[in-house]
Parts: sequence; structure tokens; C-alpha cells
Amino acid sequence: MASLKEVQAKITSVKKTKKITRAMNMVASSKLKGAQTAMESFRPYAEKFAEVLGNIADKAGDESSPLLMPAEEVNHTHIVLMTSDRGLCGGFNTHLIETAEEFANEQLNQGRHVSFTNFGKKGRDWCRKNKFQIDKEYLNVVGGKFGFNIASTAGQELINGFLNESYNEVHVVYAQFQGMASQPPTVKQLLPIPVLQAGEKEAADEDAPYMAEHIIEPSPDELLNEMLPRNVYIQLYNALLETSTSEHAARMKAMDNATKACDDMIESLTLSYNKARQAAITMELMDIVGGAEALKG
Amino acid sequence: MAEIVKLEVVTPEKYVVSEDTQIIMAPGSLGEFGVLRGHTPFLTSLKIGRLHYKDAGGKERELFVSGGFAEALPDRVTVLAEAAERRSEIDIDRAKAALERAQKRLEQEKAENVNYERARAAMYRALERIKLAEASV
Repeated sequence: MASLKEVQAKITSVKKTKKITRAMNMVASSKLKGAQTAMESFRPYAEKFAEVLGNIADKAGDESSPLLMPAEEVNHTHIVLMTSDRGLCGGFNTHLIETAEEFANEQLNQGRHVSFTNFGKKGRDWCRKNKFQIDKEYLNVVGGKFGFNIASTAGQELINGFLNESYNEVHVVYAQFQGMASQPPTVKQLLPIPVLQAGEKEAADEDAPYMAEHIIEPSPDELLNEMLPRNVYIQLYNALLETSTSEHAARMKAMDNATKACDDMIESLTLSYNKARQAAITMELMDIVGGAEALKG
Repeated sequence: MAEIVKLEVVTPEKYVVSEDTQIIMAPGSLGEFGVLRGHTPFLTSLKIGRLHYKDAGGKERELFVSGGFAEALPDRVTVLAEAAERRSEIDIDRAKAALERAQKRLEQEKAENVNYERARAAMYRALERIKLAEASV
């Protein structure tokens, strides 16, 4: 059995750990609120944009933009991997990386090259370790405060790569935020832009028949060409927001679990501390009684 | 009250404006246009520049918009811009710094390079911000 002093020291250290995990939980929860607000403020823009884009896409020609056109032969896939910069958030990064790995292997098996753009240090480190080609890395973005400009800068870069055929497809791996308990890693195609959007929108357009009579300046094709790159930025920004929110949610959960584990540990340690204390008292009593008995002799 | 158009200016980060107005003037890519109530449905891209409107009380208000799109419907106008600021919100020091940076980069980069285009756009944004912030203060 451990000595009294040892148990005492352990209890103190676990209590300190608990203080830290609890503080981290609270920090994550306040950051989560900020991230959720950012997501909510983005929604009106994204929704309106999708509405207008769907509208335009119907009117413009099918092959009006190179961003819509799939390559005849895909031999290089680019993956945008979003993870957090820091750990202590449970399986959050592991899940994301696993998903990316699976996807990358799938691409490699089809004989395609794979390269990466990294948001977040954890994913970057993983790519380095596995000797994947890293085209660009953005640290200190996910989970922090960032604006739309980071998405448009990164998006511009991706579009350029796509247009000069450095790669033929771009996919993004991010953590979709479905709620506090679920942030599944998701793979989404970014380029070429999947066409279904216009189709999806049609149902909604029925209650707004006047849309059909829009005067459009400049021509629908030109407008579409201006809007499509922005659509890429929007998708990226959205993925970044969701990943950030998910990171905080995951960290909150992980820290909550850690705090609970600390409580359990403190309880069981206190129990063994009391046992050890009791044993020591009993020993002392035995000594005294034994001594007294001996004197009586 | 009948002659009111609702103006909404939305950026990815926030709602900049959401209010009733009498008239809106916006910098369309093919020229400035005005919207009164009852405008034909109209969709256009915007230039970097100044959007101004008269609020419900007839007061003139101004905004900076960094391009984007505007959709005009008979009773409302929605502006989707990547960045938009009311005149009072413009950070003029930042705009001046941005202008300097952009000009420096323009000297270094070759024309028709992507970075050149980006720097030129940055310069226009900065110039418009400064123009608007300093106009008739």
C-alpha cells in the first residue's frame, strides 16, 4: 500500500489537473459560442448567394465556365485537409486524418497523384510524417478568429492550381458540425464545382415565379463567371467555420470527460488515503498496547 | 410609407445594413443605377465603390462596398458583398497602409500576373475607401 504522503501528493496533483481541464472546458465553451455566432452570421449570405447562383446557373450555358467542367482524365487530386492546431480535443483530429488517409489511399490506388493544402498544424504534421506533397499550409486559422479574406486567398490559390492543371480535382476534408455530440469528418468536392446545385434550387424557385424575369447585367454567362470563384470561397469559408465550431465542441466534450475522470480518481484516491491513515492509526495503537502489555509483564 | 424599399447589405461576416429606404444608388458593373420602389427584378454584379441611399427619414447615408452582387426586386434590394462598411466605420489608416502595400507590390510584380491583378484590386479597394472616408467630412 502506498504511503500516506504519496497518496496525498497524488490527490493534490489530480486536483490541479482537474482545475486545468475545467478551465479548458470553459474556454472552449466560450470560444464555441463565438464560432457559432460566426456561423450564424454567415448563413444569410450563403443562403442568398446559393439562391442567386442557382438562378443564374439555370440561365447560363452548361459549359460556360471551366470551373464547372470535369477533366477528361483525372491524374492528380488535391486535398484540403482541415484540422485543429492544438490537441486535447479527443479523437477530433484523429478522425479527420483517418478520413483523409482513406480518401488519399483511394486516390493513390487509382494511380492518381495526391497533394495537400493544410489548414491546421495537426494535419500538416501528419502530411509531413507521411511524406505527402504539401502545396500550402495555413496555421492559426482553424479555431481562432478569421475573416472571409483567408478563404478567398486560399480559394484563389486552389482555383489557379485547378485552372493551370496542377491538379484536376479538389476535395476538402473537414468536420461537419451537426451538433454538440456529432461532428463527422466529411469529404466534399470543391472543384470542379458539382452541378447539382442548380437542380436543387429549382423546387424553391417555384414559389417565386418572378425570378424568371430578372434583367441580368452583364450577361448571365459573365455574371456566372464572377460568381463561381466566390462560390468556391464560400464553400471553403463554410468548411472552416464548421471545423472551428466542431473543434471547440470536441474539446469541450473531451475536457468534460477529463474533469469527470479526475473526480472519479480523486474519489478513489481519497478512499485509499483514508484507508492508509486508518491503517497507520491502528498500527500506532497496536504499538502502544503492545508496549503496555510488555511493561505489565 | 408606401414608397419604401427595403435594403439589405450582407457580407459573409455580418449584416451591415437592414433598413427601409426611399432610394438606393449602387455602383453596378455597367454603371451606377438607382432603385425606387417597384423596380423591375434586376440582378447585377457590383464594382468596388460607393453605395448610397436615403433612409426612411430622408437622411443620406453612404457605404463602401468591395464588389459583389445586387439583386433588386420591387420591394427590396439585397447586396451581397465580400466586405461592406458604413462611412463612419472605415478604418482610414488601414486603408492607407493597404494602398501603400498594394502600390509597392504593383511595382514589383509583372503585369498579367495573378498577384498583379490581386494587388490592383487591393489598390482600388483602398482608394475607394479613402475617397469615401475623406469626402466632405
